[in-house]
Amino acid sequence: MEKMLLNNVDKPNSEKISTYISGGGYKSLEAALKKEPEKLIETVKASGLRGRGGAGFPTGLKWSFIPKDPTLAKYLVCNADEGEPGTFKDRVIIEKDPHLLIEGMIISSYAIGGATSYIYIRGEFVQGTKILEEAIKEAYEKGYLGKNILGSKFSHDMHVHRGFGAYICGEETALLESLEGLRGQPRKKPPFPALAGLYAKPTVINNVETLSCIPAIVSKGADWFKGIGPEKSPGTKLFCVSGHVEKPGTVELPMGTPLREIIYDHCGGIKGGKKIKAIVPGGVSAPILMPSYLDIAMDFDTLAAKKTMLGSGAIVVMDETTCMVKVAYIVNRFFSHESCGKCTPCREGTAWLTQVLKRIEYGKGKKSDIKLLDEVCDNIFGNTFCPLGDGAVMALRGFLHNFRDEFEYHIERKECMV
Amino acid sequence: MLSDKAKKEIEEIHGRYHSRRSATMAAMQIVQAEGGHLTEADMREIAEIVGVNPVQVQEVGAFYSMYNVERPVGKYHVQVCRNISCSLLGAEHIIETLEKKLNIKTGETTTDKLFTLTTAECLGSCGTAPMMQINDDYYEDLTDAKVGEIIGKLK
Repeated sequence: MEKMLLNNVDKPNSEKISTYISGGGYKSLEAALKKEPEKLIETVKASGLRGRGGAGFPTGLKWSFIPKDPTLAKYLVCNADEGEPGTFKDRVIIEKDPHLLIEGMIISSYAIGGATSYIYIRGEFVQGTKILEEAIKEAYEKGYLGKNILGSKFSHDMHVHRGFGAYICGEETALLESLEGLRGQPRKKPPFPALAGLYAKPTVINNVETLSCIPAIVSKGADWFKGIGPEKSPGTKLFCVSGHVEKPGTVELPMGTPLREIIYDHCGGIKGGKKIKAIVPGGVSAPILMPSYLDIAMDFDTLAAKKTMLGSGAIVVMDETTCMVKVAYIVNRFFSHESCGKCTPCREGTAWLTQVLKRIEYGKGKKSDIKLLDEVCDNIFGNTFCPLGDGAVMALRGFLHNFRDEFEYHIERKECMV
Repeated sequence: MLSDKAKKEIEEIHGRYHSRRSATMAAMQIVQAEGGHLTEADMREIAEIVGVNPVQVQEVGAFYSMYNVERPVGKYHVQVCRNISCSLLGAEHIIETLEKKLNIKTGETTTDKLFTLTTAECLGSCGTAPMMQINDDYYEDLTDAKVGEIIGKLK
């Protein structure tokens, strides 16, 4: 398989513009600037590229919602607020191949007619911020950013904006609030950002990995991209694998690669030859899968059909020694910690779930607690302002559904089953 | 009082945005980077520069977990990830080791003001778990021995 995302990451000084250019970098930008923006949007639409941040929304379609009015300011925002637990794929591109992202962003901005773009990076990625700032400086020096890029009529400025510790800012409207200098609390939709986003102007928000696919789609064509992986979820995907595996890390594979192949062929199998117990398939919001699903194709639609999701492509593997009550507690504590506080079901509900899970974990659970967890879940799900509360419930329901006996055991015996 | 250097850096940021208020977060980051934490007086000055009411800066400070508002931290702020992948690979043990080595509990600062120990949610380094962040740097694939070595070098 031909890679499009991790081609450069193992080269020495891979973050330098000279390395990127000597590998053919910025040729796609040259080619793109000779095309009509509308044609580029058509190409991305035809490629079938879907958003890699988790939602899987068709990228070309998202771009096509941007009004064509040339007098309107438009913005592109790269969502680099990588925070879904288990996810560490965008960081690879940011730190090892920043110019791939930058080239993708310049092309995307040209396609939607945006004069300014921002990379919203999570505050903890200090090294990533420094690398991106240096890379943007290099791109200005070479004339890939700034006025009249490569002699064209297109001018573009790019800036890095640091978050400062808020998972919720990965939600696109919370991210926009944060960019405007406010608390990162989600906005009501509609209006969608494509019509009223940053400073109430049309805005496209795309994930790092999504934008990094653009140079290859421009240079190799929509058909080439569409030829990789399943028809409805084409392209390659970064899978970041962690937990109880021999060789954790980020791998680039065709969308739809079976979970078993990712874990056993590419990540060395289960650590210490132990038995596998459960798998988080797409970041902790995605309900866990049991080992009977190891042959599942890892793409948006196949996982959705099994009531879980591909999400960010973050696979967390748990072996037979793992206490599921403890993991459920850790995951829920995270959601409660990160709830932005805007809506009651999420703010109060996740805190309540965490309190109950904590007492079960520490041997103080009551017989009625499992029913209580179910009820609180029912009162959160579908009643929250944004998907954070739903994510917390989906995750917990996955644990309760598949390992109810472990929760009961924990309450009765006041100790772990494992 | 904000330093002249901080004020100059904040002024440079304004050009990036359509609205002055957008510089709020970056301005607070610049000031915190100098003093390690933010005071109410700092936030009042920042509010004046970015053109908002002081409370609008304070609410930003209260919302984002990385702002140390009225909360001085040691020279080295040790943050250990306690989320799923790090926990599966022994984060709890790493936290215990650090508490013993530094002779403080999580959330405390050593009496010599050198170290503050806190936990953090997922820091995006799950493939190299367990891990911790000390100030700007990530320390990954931690073991007891490695933690001892890292802390020993900083002491």
